[in-house]
Amino acid sequence: MLQVISLLLENKPGALMRVTGLLSQRGYNIESLTVARTLDPELSRMTIAVEVDSTLRQQVIKQMNKLINVLQATDMTDSPSVFREMLLVRVRTPQESRAAVLKEAEIFGGRVVDSSTEGFAIEVTGDPEKLNEFVDVMRSYGEIDVTRSGVLAIGLEPKKLRLQPPVPTKAGVLVTEPKD
Amino acid sequence: MSTLMSGARMLLECLAREGVDCMFGYPGGVTLPFYDSLYDHHIRHVLVRHEENAAFAAEGYARSTGKVGVCCATSGPGATNLTTGLVDAMMDSIPIVALTGQVSTKLIGSDAFQEADTFGITRPCTKHNYLVKRLEDLPQAIHEAFYVASSGRPGPVLVDVPKDVFQAQGHYQPVSTIHLPGYKVFTEGHTGQIRRALQLIKKSERPLIYGGGGIVAAGAASELREFVERTGAPAVMTLMGLGGLPSNHGNFISMPGMHGSYAANMAMSHADLLIALGVRFDDRVTGRLAAFAPHAKVIHVDIDPAEIGKNRAADVPIVGDVKHVLGRLNRGLEEAKAEPEQSLAAARRAWWEQIRQWKLEHPLQPVTSDSEIKPQHLMAEIDRLSNGQAIVAADVGQHQMWAAQLIRFNEPRLWLNSGGLGSMGFGLPAALGAQFARPDKLVFAIVGDGGFQMSIPELATIASYGLPIKIVVMNNGYLGMVRQWQELFYNNRLSSVTLDCFPDAEKLAAAYGFKGKTIEKPWELAPALKQAVSEPGPYLLNVKVSPLECVYPMVPAGGAINEMVLGPPEPVAEPVKP
Ligand SMILES: Cc1ncc(C[n+]2csc(CCOP(=O)(O)OP(=O)(O)O)c2C)c(N)n1
Ligand SMILES: [Mg+2]
Repeated sequence: MLQVISLLLENKPGALMRVTGLLSQRGYNIESLTVARTLDPELSRMTIAVEVDSTLRQQVIKQMNKLINVLQATDMTDSPSVFREMLLVRVRTPQESRAAVLKEAEIFGGRVVDSSTEGFAIEVTGDPEKLNEFVDVMRSYGEIDVTRSGVLAIGLEPKKLRLQPPVPTKAGVLVTEPKD
Repeated sequence: MSTLMSGARMLLECLAREGVDCMFGYPGGVTLPFYDSLYDHHIRHVLVRHEENAAFAAEGYARSTGKVGVCCATSGPGATNLTTGLVDAMMDSIPIVALTGQVSTKLIGSDAFQEADTFGITRPCTKHNYLVKRLEDLPQAIHEAFYVASSGRPGPVLVDVPKDVFQAQGHYQPVSTIHLPGYKVFTEGHTGQIRRALQLIKKSERPLIYGGGGIVAAGAASELREFVERTGAPAVMTLMGLGGLPSNHGNFISMPGMHGSYAANMAMSHADLLIALGVRFDDRVTGRLAAFAPHAKVIHVDIDPAEIGKNRAADVPIVGDVKHVLGRLNRGLEEAKAEPEQSLAAARRAWWEQIRQWKLEHPLQPVTSDSEIKPQHLMAEIDRLSNGQAIVAADVGQHQMWAAQLIRFNEPRLWLNSGGLGSMGFGLPAALGAQFARPDKLVFAIVGDGGFQMSIPELATIASYGLPIKIVVMNNGYLGMVRQWQELFYNNRLSSVTLDCFPDAEKLAAAYGFKGKTIEKPWELAPALKQAVSEPGPYLLNVKVSPLECVYPMVPAGGAINEMVLGPPEPVAEPVKP
């Protein structure tokens, strides 16, 4: 089953590295990773698909939650959520199977984004496993080139976001008058 | 209010406002503007002789006071030299702030002279780090660094500052608030869990308090003492927690773990309730996890939610500041007040009786000899002089374990050692940092003949500042701890562990302008230590001890902690010569 961690993090240099570092440090391989700004431009949403057994995944998520730049890290694996991925495929197809390719694309809800005498470029979104099937089908028609976005996830239940309020610094007290 | 000043000056302003009075560092090309501003600033800069030692000294300062320690290094090699100290502070949750210079912003990424990706390199070595590319971000970063380093589970924070940011002129605006929305600090502790903890405590026949570095970090020694006395439970304190409960307290058993006492490890193995306070169930404490404390329910209090359930599942998890949580537990115990029922009271008495029995069976006793100085004898003599009061900074190895076993600490923040990382070279610079922080304290640096030579350049720092540190080298002629493992687990094939060259201590100390001495007979020990302590300045005492002594008890790697090796196998094999 797809194991997915969703993170809300500050859109700051190095934030991505801190998160991925927790996985690479433990020798875990990232299957896919997507990251982009949220409605609030100061924040990013990151979705990571990774294969880690459940207790270790919990530990990694706790460590992610400790990162200063991470507002929330959530395990989406077993919680009610929707997973989607986008795929672009270029398929070289002989004249005689063009119609069949279009038919298949339609079945998978795909959209032709480029068409030439050589074949098509098709865009499909869907559940990652569905996309695997689509890739298999396309392969049966000819040479293909595929690029995938990595999985996106959204939880179906609202998650309470616990944020730290601002705290005062010690800068209020002036200790020295600058000499220069 | 706003004043025009340079970035370097602004940095100092922020440090001063954070209450920094002293920092440890080493200058270089890109930090020249900073050092120029330091020239006539009241913050004291201690010039160490290697950046690694700047970090260790900052740790010594922090460990001995609880305040944030500060170290500073130049870009490239200066920054990379800091890393061991950063990881050391990370492992032991020590609040330090490291300031590093970086090449000018325009040069970053161009393989400029002395450029290194400090931000990237130190990401896994720190609790958090910053690369400040604009002067206007500098004050915020510095105040955040101090806040992050010292709050929650403490740790090291690094701020990397490019040369042109030091040089830029800007208007200083004091930063009044910090907003780190993703930084969660848990203090309270869950009320329901605290209630459940109290119920478990009330019903337990064989409770055991297992306290660690978190007690020291949280400043929870008095709360722990009250808790120990209210529950009447025996307590073990880990290597990091020593002094968190006074060693002379009647309920203190000693240290558990790989070189813990028989009584402490047996108590762990037989307890029906472990009250784990600011500990992380480290593998050096638990031995084989599957066999650890098999009969015990676990109450685990820690400020770091990621520690709870990491190695051992907790029956009652309490995420919170151990000082705060202990306060609430104490109030709960006070309100309940009920004496344990008859049968329970009898079980508790039997438990104590059993622990006393274990203590008697295999006490941690200083071994002595008529002809040579036993390492344990050395530690017992230092203990006598310290009487639970002195600061002892240890290096890493056998001497560290004997010191932990045999020297008493009646207060927290007296025992300074590299627990989690086990960094050789830690002892001397940590002692140095501690002596700056607490000038009135008697400070011992107890180091091995190996580790001492890793930080030997700091003799110059100690001499030039006239720090009255008593350096005691436990000289066994070996990398003793590694030799011990080779003896016990590798057929005594002693591979690259012989330290057959050690400088003449008297001459070495004299070369730096202070006094030193080498001794090797047991009757020389007490007078030599006394002389070292009465000397007003630094002192180097090189104590030749019996070379082949091993630290016992010992839980072999991967063993259960109740399966300790209590003493040498007979007869001791001769070292095998290749
Ligand atoms: C930087 C570093 N390198 C290597 C080790 C591995 N190590 C642990 S203890 C030890 C021997 C230390 O020898 P010494 O300083 O003479 O102390 P002793 O054990 O003899 O008391 C070594 C090499 C270490 N802990 N740290
Ligand atoms: Mg040695």
